[in-house]
Formats: sequence, structure tokens, C-alpha cells
Amino acid sequence: MPIEVLMPALSPTMEAGKLAKWLKKEGDAVKSGDVIAEIETDKATMEVESVDEGTLGKILIEEGAEDVRVNTPIALILGEGEDAGALSDGAAQAGAKQQKTDAEPPADEPTSGGEAAAKSAVEGAAKDEAGGKQSPQEAKATGSAAAAPPQPEALPEPDVPEGTEMVSLTVREALRDAMAEEMRADERVFLMGEEVAEYQGAYKVSQGLLDEFGPERVIDTPITEHGFAGVGVGAALAGLKPIVEFMTFNFAMQAMDQIINSAAKTNYMSGGQMSCSIVFRGPNGAAARVAAQHSQDYSAWYSSVPGLIVVAPYTAADFKGLLKAAIRDENPVVFLENEILYGQSSPVPKLDDYVVPIGKAKIARPGKDVTIVAWSIGMTYALKAAEELAKEGIEAEVIDLRTLRPMDTDTIIASVKKTGRCVTVEEGWAQSGVGAEIAARIMERAFDWLDAPVTRVSGKDVPMPYAANLEKLALPSVAEVVEAAKAVCYRS
Amino acid sequence: MAATAAKKQPPKRESASEAAKSTSSAQPEAHGAADAAVTFSKEEELHAHREMLLIRRFEEKAGQLYGMGLIGGFCHLYIGQEAVVIGMQMALTPGDQVITGYRDHGHMLACEMDPKGVMAELTGRRSGYSKGKGGSMHMFSVEKHFYGGHGIVGAQVSLGTGLAFANKYRKNGKVTLAYFGDGATNQGQVYESFNMAKLWKLPIVYVIENNKYGMGTSVERASSTTNLSHRGASFDIPGEQVDGMDVRAVKAAGERAVRHAREGNGPYILEMITYRYRGHSMSDPAKYRSKEEVQKMRETHDPIEQIRKRLIEEGHASEDDLKAVDKEVRDIVNAAAEFASSDPEPDPSELWTDVLR
Ligand SMILES: Cc1ncc(C[n+]2csc(CCOP(=O)(O)OP(=O)(O)O)c2C)c(N)n1
Ligand SMILES: [Mg+2]
Repeated sequence: MPIEVLMPALSPTMEAGKLAKWLKKEGDAVKSGDVIAEIETDKATMEVESVDEGTLGKILIEEGAEDVRVNTPIALILGEGEDAGALSDGAAQAGAKQQKTDAEPPADEPTSGGEAAAKSAVEGAAKDEAGGKQSPQEAKATGSAAAAPPQPEALPEPDVPEGTEMVSLTVREALRDAMAEEMRADERVFLMGEEVAEYQGAYKVSQGLLDEFGPERVIDTPITEHGFAGVGVGAALAGLKPIVEFMTFNFAMQAMDQIINSAAKTNYMSGGQMSCSIVFRGPNGAAARVAAQHSQDYSAWYSSVPGLIVVAPYTAADFKGLLKAAIRDENPVVFLENEILYGQSSPVPKLDDYVVPIGKAKIARPGKDVTIVAWSIGMTYALKAAEELAKEGIEAEVIDLRTLRPMDTDTIIASVKKTGRCVTVEEGWAQSGVGAEIAARIMERAFDWLDAPVTRVSGKDVPMPYAANLEKLALPSVAEVVEAAKAVCYRS
Repeated sequence: MAATAAKKQPPKRESASEAAKSTSSAQPEAHGAADAAVTFSKEEELHAHREMLLIRRFEEKAGQLYGMGLIGGFCHLYIGQEAVVIGMQMALTPGDQVITGYRDHGHMLACEMDPKGVMAELTGRRSGYSKGKGGSMHMFSVEKHFYGGHGIVGAQVSLGTGLAFANKYRKNGKVTLAYFGDGATNQGQVYESFNMAKLWKLPIVYVIENNKYGMGTSVERASSTTNLSHRGASFDIPGEQVDGMDVRAVKAAGERAVRHAREGNGPYILEMITYRYRGHSMSDPAKYRSKEEVQKMRETHDPIEQIRKRLIEEGHASEDDLKAVDKEVRDIVNAAAEFASSDPEPDPSELWTDVLR
């Protein structure tokens, strides 16, 4: 029976791609390992290798075909002794088997491919089929928090003039633009990190920067985080303005000493003589299915350290405006991004110099019944929960914290004095988390206004598991936020 | 590449005692070339061929399952590097320990871990080696002396040094192999470990798998000196460059290094010159190297092709014999894939177990 070659996925979240090119013709002999075709998504080109040996019997999908769904049979390979006659029934069987393949993952506990929505998973390039590919409807159907970004009904930033044109940018583009603009404006600014230059960024955030600024200002480092973070801090002490990219913040743990002991403390230890203007940036938090050592939220870690500024935006506009502010700041800034957000688009004001002030939270959605405080990817859960709650007549006010240190406590307190209830949302662990800090501040400053205890929705108190079903359980969910909000409103 | 090592040294055969002597010299020597002359018995050839083929077919299948969405996250394939783990494993004594990074499927199969358990971990199912909680990068088997499976580049070097410390402490005569990549050789903890290992004469062999790239960065772009076998020089740790595509050369060098460590002389470094055919992980478009470069390695240096040719030329096996081996191996791999796609996901209650004992 001919063996069908299926359209492969480049990442668990890729759903379709273009069959760019056939490298073998019908009738050609193929061995396992032979590259038989090339497929493309908007982010990457990949080769399809044959796993089987035989003769390429029939090409089922012509070269150039767009939007070929993953797992569609694209060709048939004839095994030894099979001739083309086997093809006719082969094709039918391929179809039948295809269905079986689709049904393989248990339907009620889908793997991250369909479900964990905007989570893209694979290190290297091409990380974001996710955000881009899933339609909002699908996202809603699966109830996943991480899908296409709910667009906050945000009031425009106060300093954006009336009538400013908005352009839709991905978070990835917003970050790149912010760095490019600041590098054009200030020669002291340079970017260093693993794969930032020639590879254009492991997550393609620094795309084009090497071309524009050259290898003296866009610098590939060896895999040596503790070393290059220290080099960055030293350069900052000497008056340069480094942007140090960590491929992910999981690897910044190697560099923790230089970030905390050197960057955060030198200004104080030198009695204000020696400032350290540096940005440490990169993806933070869980990606999809990359397990315990690659899925951790460091919000609480850095936000507990005096001498650091910690920023964790959600919208593309805030990523851009806050990164520009971070680069200009005279202090060390830990700038927490999120891999799942990279591919998501939202409107960014088209201004020559759009800077968002550090230290200011934003009301992303006004409401009067309960305050939900979140930041970064946590906002996806918060905003979706607010939509759900609205259907049940609960008007949630969603605060996008944006900066974790210094924390805009005033905005939180003003909201809680109005709603009397608060739910915090974070992917990190609850113990000593940012939510715990928020709860403490509310208790200190608005105890008498509280109608219910502040409730935390957080990542579960375990390292991140790999299995799709367990990973889903380990992360916060929209349902948990809805439930918590109802509970503090005594509506469960 | 492999040829460089051969050019450096006149092909002379080095006895183990001579190799041991070079230990004490501050300038580590490369012996790789000497091993071109090493031959395998028929049994060794057949064994190495089958074991390498098992890894190759297993990895091809893993790539396929990834493409079908059954494996998620990071999945780093070992295709092209098979001779390194198989040759090294042939140089070990039962009970010796192995630790590596995230490109670990081949190491686990070489340690005789069950392909079904490995594949089921890749698909995140309950019968996987880590009950589905670890995935591709994090598997362990105390029974098979395999200590993982680590995701942080360089971490396994210190951990492996600690395993060796425990072996010396217990005086149990075991040797530890710590595998790491060319990219990992630039991590600071590698050198901190080298120093302690030599200072305390720990029984460890550091196996550097130089596959020319750390993600998209070639060794030349990441390292101020590119002969990685010399990286122990300032600690007086002997090192060799080895043709890591020739399983015989790997085994011969492995035996020298393991003996050195076991006899109480401290650490030894083997730089395996090898190549990964696939991208760094599944979605790496590998724009940083040419198709021709990859094709050339496959055509002229493939570790499995080399041994296949020899088996046929020397009359140790017929084409049909080799086909039968391929079929046997494919059956094992298919059974593993079948198992790994039908085994259930972990029970939800597993979320909370194993955090502490
Ligand atoms: C501390 C740390 N930094 C960065 C990474 C991301 N990363 C994973 S593999 C890799 C490349 C390693 O290359 P090499 O050591 O040559 O091993 P290979 O992948 O070639 O086997 C990088 C940068 C990581 N896992 N850990
Ligand atoms: Mg490498």
C-alpha cells in the first residue's frame, strides 16, 4: 500500500502553510532523509524530508498551493515492489487514514496545537504561527485565554493628540521599531545577545537591525549569559546604553548576580556617582509545551528588587512606548516580554516619538463591580473574563499594570475604592507573587473599602509540566478568573 | 571538519600508555588521527550499525510525529551525530553514568532505555519516562544510569562533575560521561567545573559534541579559539579531537579517555567533530548554512553509510541482511510511535505529585 506523506507542522500551532516547491518529481526514487519538498509559512521555510523509502508515486498537492492544512496528504510513496497501479486505491486509503490521524489526540483533551491557542512553541525562528493564524472565533470557541488578543476598549493615552493615525503592528514589530528609533536617536544605544544579529533574533524581534546599524551596534554573543550581562553592565557603568537581550528570561537566571548585585545596586553603593542605564529584555513566562526549565514567570522575582525598574506590557503600543522609555531611562530596566504575545497585533499611534511613561497603570476596561489587575499575558485572561462577566451583568474594571516596579498603587486603590473587590491575575506562582504584593497594598490602603477578600488567580504551585493536559491545568484560565470575580461579588 | 583533525597529526598509532603520558604535559594532544587505523570486529560493526540505525529511525519518526502535532514544544533531533553516543557507549563499563543536554534522545537509546518510554515522553503521555511531565528535554533513568536530559546550556557539565565527585567519594570505580555542545563550551560553569575536576582528580570524561553550530551561530563566530579539545589546557586536562562521524575512532578515543579517568588521573576531554543534519530544533529554517554543506556531510561522512559500506565490502553482511536489520529497527520504532500515540495523557492528579518527596 502506498505510504502517504503528510503536510507537516513547523510548530504545534501551525494550521496551514504553502507548499512552496517540489524537489522530487513523480517517479523519482526517495530514501529516508531525502528532502522532497519545501513548505513555507509567513515566518519560515522548511524542508520536508522523507521518512520512508521508495518511489515518489504521486504528487497530490501541486507546488505553489497556499493554505495547505497540516496533515493533509501531499504525496504518495510507493514501497518496494509496488507499481503505480497501487495508487488509485492508495489515494482513497490515504484519505481514510488521514481522518484517523486527525482523531488521534483525545478530543476532550486536545494538544496545544488546537487549544493552547496563541502559544507558539518552537525555539528558533517561526515562533508565532499561533497568534497570527487562529481566528478570534476559534479562540473564543476553545475558551483559551491566550488566543487572539481581546482589544481593550482603551481610552487613548492622554498624550496622543486627537485624530492621530493608528497602525496595526505586531508586538514583535513594535519592539523592533522602538529599538531602531532609539538607536537612530542615540549613538550610545546598542543591542547585544544570543542570535540577535545574523539570525535576526531567536524570535525574530531584532529583524533588520543588523542591516541598519551594523555589527558594531548589533552584536551576537556566545552562549554565556553571566558573562555578557556583566559586560553589558560594565559598558553601562562606562556611560553606554546597552540593550541586553536574553533569548528567554529563563536563561537570565545564569546572569542573576550581575543583574541584581551589579546593575541594581551600583548607583546606591556609589552614593549616586555611577548610574547604570541598561535594559535587560526578552520573553518571560510560559511558552507552549517547553516544560519546567523553559516556562517560568519572573515578574515577582525582579519586582522585589530595589534599584530595578520592571516593565511588563501587553499591547503593541505599550510595548513600543515603554521600551523607548526604558532605553532612555537612566536606571537598569528589566523589560519582560512574552513569546505568545509577539505575533499579536494591535493599534499603535503613528507618531515620530511615541513614549509611554514608566510607572503608570492603565484602565484597559472601565467597570464598577470588581477590579481585575493584570499585566502582560495575564491581560488576555483578564479581558476575556471581563467579557464573560459582562454577559452575566458584572462590570469588571480591568487594570493593565504595565509597570511592576515602581507599582502604580494609586490607580489600583482608586479602582478598589469604587468596586470594593479585587482579583489579581498572574502566570507566576502565588507565594510571594505580585498578586500577594497587590493584596497587601490594598489591605494597607483600602481595607475599609473592601467588601470581600482580595483573590489571586495564579499559576499552580508546581513546576511547569510538559503534557498538554497538565500544562493547561498548571496555567491560569479565563474560567478561573471568572469564578474568582463572581466569588468576590458573592455571585457564585 | 573531521579532515582537519586528520591533517594535524601524522597517522601514528598511539598506545594507551602513551596517551596517558601526554596527560601530564600542559599542552593537550590530539590523537584522533591515530584512530583511522582502528578496526572493528564483525560483531562490533554489526552492533554499532544497528544501534546507530535505531537512533536514526527513531529521530526520523519523532520528526514526523512532531509534524503531525503529536509532539510539542522543543524537539532537538540527533540525526547525523549517532556515531558519537554509540562509540562512547561501547567504551563504557556497565554502571558508568551518562548526562547530557536537551539533544538527548540518542543518548537515552544508547543507554538502552526503552524506545516506547522515550517516545511516550515525547508525546507527553503517562507511560513516558517522566510520566509525561518532562518532555523531550527532560528524561532520566536511574536504572540505566542516565542522569538527563537538561535544558539549560552548560548546566549538565557541573552536574556531571558532581556525579563524578560522588563516584570518587564512594570509591566505586565508576566513570561519568558529560556530553555538551560546542556552543555550551563558552559557558562559565564549564571552566569552573574543569578546574574542580582536575583539582580533585574526578573520574569524568567531558565529551564535546562539536556539530559546528550552536543554534544559528557557527563555532568560528562564537569562540575565540576553535580547537575545543584545548579548552582544558589551562587546567592541565588532556584533550583530543576525534572524528565523530567514525564510530571506530570514537570508541578508541573513548576507551583511552575512560581508562584515564578510571585509573584516577582525573578528567579527560574528547572533542567529537560531528554534524547535525536537521535544524537546531524543529522549526529552525537553518538559513545560516548552505544546503550544499549539509548535503556534502551527508554524502561523504554519514556515520551509518560508512559502516554499511564496510559491512558489505568486507562481506560481513549482504544487502538483504541489512534490509532485515532496517526492518527490525523500523518495527521497533513504529511500535514505539504506536504506543506513544495511544497511551493516555497523565491523570490530572499528576499535576500535584512529585514536587517534593
Ligand atoms: C543558558 C541557556 N542559554 C540559552 C539557551 C538556548 N539554547 C538552547 S540550545 C542552544 C544552542 C546550544 O548549542 P550547542 O551547545 O552547540 O549544542 P547543540 O544544540 O548544537 O547540540 C541555545 C542557545 C539555553 N537553553 N540555555
Ligand atoms: Mg552545537
